[in-house]
Amino acid sequence: MILPAEFIIFLKNYEWLVWLVKAALVVFVLLTAFAYTTLFERRVIAMMQTRIGPNRAGPFGFLQPLADGLKLLFKEELIPASADKLVFILAPMITVIPAFIILAVVPWGPTVHLCPTPELLGAQASACYPLTMGIADVNVGLLYILSVTSIAIYGVVLAGWSSNNKYAMLGGLRSSAQMVSYELALGLSVVGPLLLAGSMSMGDIVQAQSKIWYVVLQPVGALIFLVASLAEVNRAPFDMPEAEQELTAGYHTEYSGMKFALFFMGEYIKMIAVSAIAATLFFGGYRGPLVGDPNVPEWLQAILGLLYFGTKIVLFLFLMIWVRATLPRIRYDRLMAFGWKVMLPLALANIALTAAALVSSIAFWVLVGLFGLGVLFYLLTTVRQVGKAELAQGPLEESG
Amino acid sequence: MLASFAIKDPGTEKRSGMFTEILKGLATTFKSMFEEPVTIQYPEIKRPVRERYKGRHELKRYDNGLEKCIGCSLCAAACPADAIFVEAAENTDEARYSPGERYASTYEINMLRCIFCGFCEDACPTEAIVLGDNYELSWTDRASSIYTREMLLVPVPPGGKPTPQKVEPGKFDRSIPVMEDPK
Repeated sequence: MILPAEFIIFLKNYEWLVWLVKAALVVFVLLTAFAYTTLFERRVIAMMQTRIGPNRAGPFGFLQPLADGLKLLFKEELIPASADKLVFILAPMITVIPAFIILAVVPWGPTVHLCPTPELLGAQASACYPLTMGIADVNVGLLYILSVTSIAIYGVVLAGWSSNNKYAMLGGLRSSAQMVSYELALGLSVVGPLLLAGSMSMGDIVQAQSKIWYVVLQPVGALIFLVASLAEVNRAPFDMPEAEQELTAGYHTEYSGMKFALFFMGEYIKMIAVSAIAATLFFGGYRGPLVGDPNVPEWLQAILGLLYFGTKIVLFLFLMIWVRATLPRIRYDRLMAFGWKVMLPLALANIALTAAALVSSIAFWVLVGLFGLGVLFYLLTTVRQVGKAELAQGPLEESG
Repeated sequence: MLASFAIKDPGTEKRSGMFTEILKGLATTFKSMFEEPVTIQYPEIKRPVRERYKGRHELKRYDNGLEKCIGCSLCAAACPADAIFVEAAENTDEARYSPGERYASTYEINMLRCIFCGFCEDACPTEAIVLGDNYELSWTDRASSIYTREMLLVPVPPGGKPTPQKVEPGKFDRSIPVMEDPK
């Protein structure tokens, strides 16, 4: 893109200002996206339940999030008398802030080069300023994401503890145990694209998907990532910690007003963040038709890239909302069993097979054969035991 | 472990995996997205009330315009919430409000006490007090919850004259008309 030379020199000297503007932009866009994700969810779930969602506040309910926000602002902020005050106030912040900063490493679009003259376009001239469509493409982006996600767990358990309420405490403990367990599977499922791309940088992973999206090469990994991320975000069917019926809203029982809004915000922004990461790792990020084509002008590629990325995020959000409207809540012990006994082994097997395939095809098939033998052995023994239990019941008697 | 998640159809030997059941559920929810919603968009569209709906009270009139209410206060006696207050006055042929000797000069229903049970409607000998269809009652202070006779009387039907009427002597001596079977 052509811009006056003075502006480009200004940008080069004030890079911190560029980062600041980008960060502020991402935060504001996220806040609006969070608000309208809540509206989107309510209307989609309503449509699936053959009713209409909120449509009274503004046309098609567009002012509903504003109304909800205002309501929460005006609500009385109750801090229980025997609650640990400092921790009580800090806990929502500890939950929300990691949700925002995960998105610092996600690439929102291809790099746009701002050049003073048309001849320098295309060439990697030093007079051009490369405007990256991401705040910071750290070369350990994936590691950063995994570590920051773990910080959010502190917020949940501290919220449960500081409420001085046994249900909240139980909810907080359950939630943190659940998040920790599924983070294992999440972290391991992410190793697949890492191996395939050969780099932890999110920008590199997107670039490496120029030929084929990683969801085709790693279907099991993508599935594990999506399921584990549902559990990470405490979304249905893994939302036992915030189940109203069982735990009277779990770890955020004692919260009201703006602090409750922060927890709510944390959950939805984590949903958006996890959708963005899934799109980046497995579905090509901002890639799509015309993006990456050298004949297309860069500014158009950037706009299209943003559009594709946004569409993918919206599709993942729809998937999460769809799953919430369909599935019942999983019982907590079954949830933990699923995380440790099914997801973790599957993720480990996925890594082993991917690594073997990258070494040589012989290694891959040998490993497949070994796994196949193991699964066969397991299934045979399991079915035999189930049969024995049924035989022990004796012949069925016809009733009536 | 995975086998234990399989669901068995009771009474048959058909087993289905957890995963296929989830997919079937997702398909059902997706299809239901395109069904027409059952929501009725009140207040633009109002659902018609049922036949014997017990809404706001009305004091009915005859076709000639005379009020049906004769001020006997049987409704006040029947009311379990003590919501009705009736004072009767005498009809004269110069100023006739209802057929018969008396009419209700004061008729008040306290809507905050009323429980909309319909006992007044059952007790009335002339079918004067009737519970109608209107349910949109709201007021902003307690005083406006007392509905007076003027508020409760229905408008004069076409072909009738407003009360009080001047009639020929002897024409409307019976207070309770010849009752017919309900249609």
